[in-house]
Amino acid sequence: MTWQDTLLKVAIIVGQSLALLVALLVFIAYILLADRKIWAAVQLRRGPNVVGPLGLFQSFADLLKFVLKEPVVPSGANKALFLLAPLVTCVLALAAWVAVPIADGWVIADLNVGILYIFAISSLGVYGIIMAGWASNSKYPFLAALRSAAQMVSYEVSIGFVIITVLMCAGSQNLSRIVEAQDGPLGLLNWYFLPLLPMFVIFFVSALAETNRPPFDLVEAESELVAGFMTEYGSTPYLLFMLGEYVAIMTMCAMGTILFLGGWLSPLPFAPFTWVPGLVWFVLKLCFMFFLFAMAKAMVPRYRYDQLMRLGWKVFLPISLVAVVVVAGVLHFTGTAPR
Amino acid sequence: MNLLLQDYLPVVIFIGVSLVIGLALLISPFLVAYSNPDPEKLSAYECGFNAFDDARMTFDVRFYLVSILFIIFDLEVAFLFPWAISFGGLGDLGFWSMMIFLGVLTVGFIYEWRKGALEWD
Amino acid sequence: MSVAAAFFYLFAGVLVASAFMVIASRNPVHSVLFLILCFVNAAGLFILIGAEFLGLILIVVYVGAVAVLFLFVVMMLDVDFVELRQGFLQYLPIGVLIGVIFLAELVLVVGSWATSSTIATVPAIAEATSHLTNTQQLGRVLYTEYVYFFEAAGMVLLVAMIGAIVLTLRHKPNVKRQNISDQVARTPEQAMEVVKVRPGQGI
Repeated sequence: MTWQDTLLKVAIIVGQSLALLVALLVFIAYILLADRKIWAAVQLRRGPNVVGPLGLFQSFADLLKFVLKEPVVPSGANKALFLLAPLVTCVLALAAWVAVPIADGWVIADLNVGILYIFAISSLGVYGIIMAGWASNSKYPFLAALRSAAQMVSYEVSIGFVIITVLMCAGSQNLSRIVEAQDGPLGLLNWYFLPLLPMFVIFFVSALAETNRPPFDLVEAESELVAGFMTEYGSTPYLLFMLGEYVAIMTMCAMGTILFLGGWLSPLPFAPFTWVPGLVWFVLKLCFMFFLFAMAKAMVPRYRYDQLMRLGWKVFLPISLVAVVVVAGVLHFTGTAPR
Repeated sequence: MNLLLQDYLPVVIFIGVSLVIGLALLISPFLVAYSNPDPEKLSAYECGFNAFDDARMTFDVRFYLVSILFIIFDLEVAFLFPWAISFGGLGDLGFWSMMIFLGVLTVGFIYEWRKGALEWD
Repeated sequence: MSVAAAFFYLFAGVLVASAFMVIASRNPVHSVLFLILCFVNAAGLFILIGAEFLGLILIVVYVGAVAVLFLFVVMMLDVDFVELRQGFLQYLPIGVLIGVIFLAELVLVVGSWATSSTIATVPAIAEATSHLTNTQQLGRVLYTEYVYFFEAAGMVLLVAMIGAIVLTLRHKPNVKRQNISDQVARTPEQAMEVVKVRPGQGI
């Protein structure tokens, strides 16, 4: 291939990446608003409704506020690591989206090991936290970072086993193939959330714990450890942490959608539902998953740390391990395992 | 081979683009916002007091144990990945070899549980 | 020069440089961070030769778990750096000797491979399985042809689990723990006591 061809290809990929990133970031701006509105609605309040009609410009006003604030780097902090930590968190969270198929054929990199790639990225999420906690040179962030890292690591394992059960049913690690494996004549009833319902529940709760969302947000809650590992941060480094957290939440929602809710597939496999583009179904399912996340935040009281660790190691790990054996046994002895 | 690498080039480019966006966000307040450092602003936050002693405190060995257990189970999941997508064509030997592997690790897990390694104070 | 070759030189160069920085860095935390950079570049090299599963597993296990463990230990311990670097000079001769032995072994291996006419070059992937992904090819052989090595790996993991617990588990006395099933199985007889109180008497 000539260098002009290579350059053209690179330019196309840059264009696709920019399109996806900008769309994702704008979507997350509205998700942030939705989170606050849903939380407010559960508490019979209004939520932000001053900036713009119905508060729709709230997130952009917040962005402007963060950019114009003074960036404080504490005097005892290790400056390079202090500023590297939020960058690493945000970039790693965004990097997972290169493998996510948002519609049929609409994926920037159709990796053969797509699910493993996303699993690897979520494993790396723990670094931003540890670096932030250590670099801040202050007790609250340090303790919070340690606990947060131990929490994330404990729930990784059950997420891994749940992914294995889905892989056994789908027969491929490629995310597009996993969605296609859920395509069938029964529409909604062919999706994996039905036969693997306990796994869906475990995945959802582990995703909550993995992303430090309530009810597992002991390490970030104000009454506990101030802002946890983010205590010493302000202005855009703090924005990058928040963005990284919400992008990670969206990644988990996207994984849940692709693994259990049929990705871009329409729930009813006949016209006129099939006329609606796959992208619309994907976004609707993403919103549904996020609605569950937001409701969990609004409704449920916080877990204490030892209860959290007990849940991860003594409840989810045995259940998901047994589920792997059971699903493998069923697929093997009925001969329905995909070749 | 080339087909494989063509899949990964977008990954590198995508990470590059997100790095540019992240850097732009990170650096912008240093350029745009005012800077007025003050010893009170720059000292570590300890709910209004001055910091008592160094932030490094004694290490609770329980964190170390959780990390090691995580490594073991992560490796178990790593062995399960290729098996999960190919066990349909492996027949009985493939199935039972993995069941023995899972059994061995379950024995270890039960040992941990009984010993109280999974308890958190 | 093709794009793949450019990436190879990039990854290999950064790998060697960060490997050097791991030992040359003063601060142990910086050493671990350079080690993480090494692992990431090594994963990139694995992907370049087509071993995508291995490259990503390197990231999941090494960077995602082992390096986190290293970071925990290095960050949590209060190490006196000056004292740590004192003994550098007295260990230098042994270090150089071991380095020379490694170099000699590498030269012997690469030399015999390059000059031999009988050792076959690495065979290309067989036609029959070239339509499968790297992970599927691994899955086909690991659990059937190499089952003994696979089970041995399981045993090694078991020993690691037991070893970690034997070495590190310390129980603190006087710790109150919750027993959830006992709490949930509480009956009204255990929880309440109905007492008839006469007016003015108290309990």
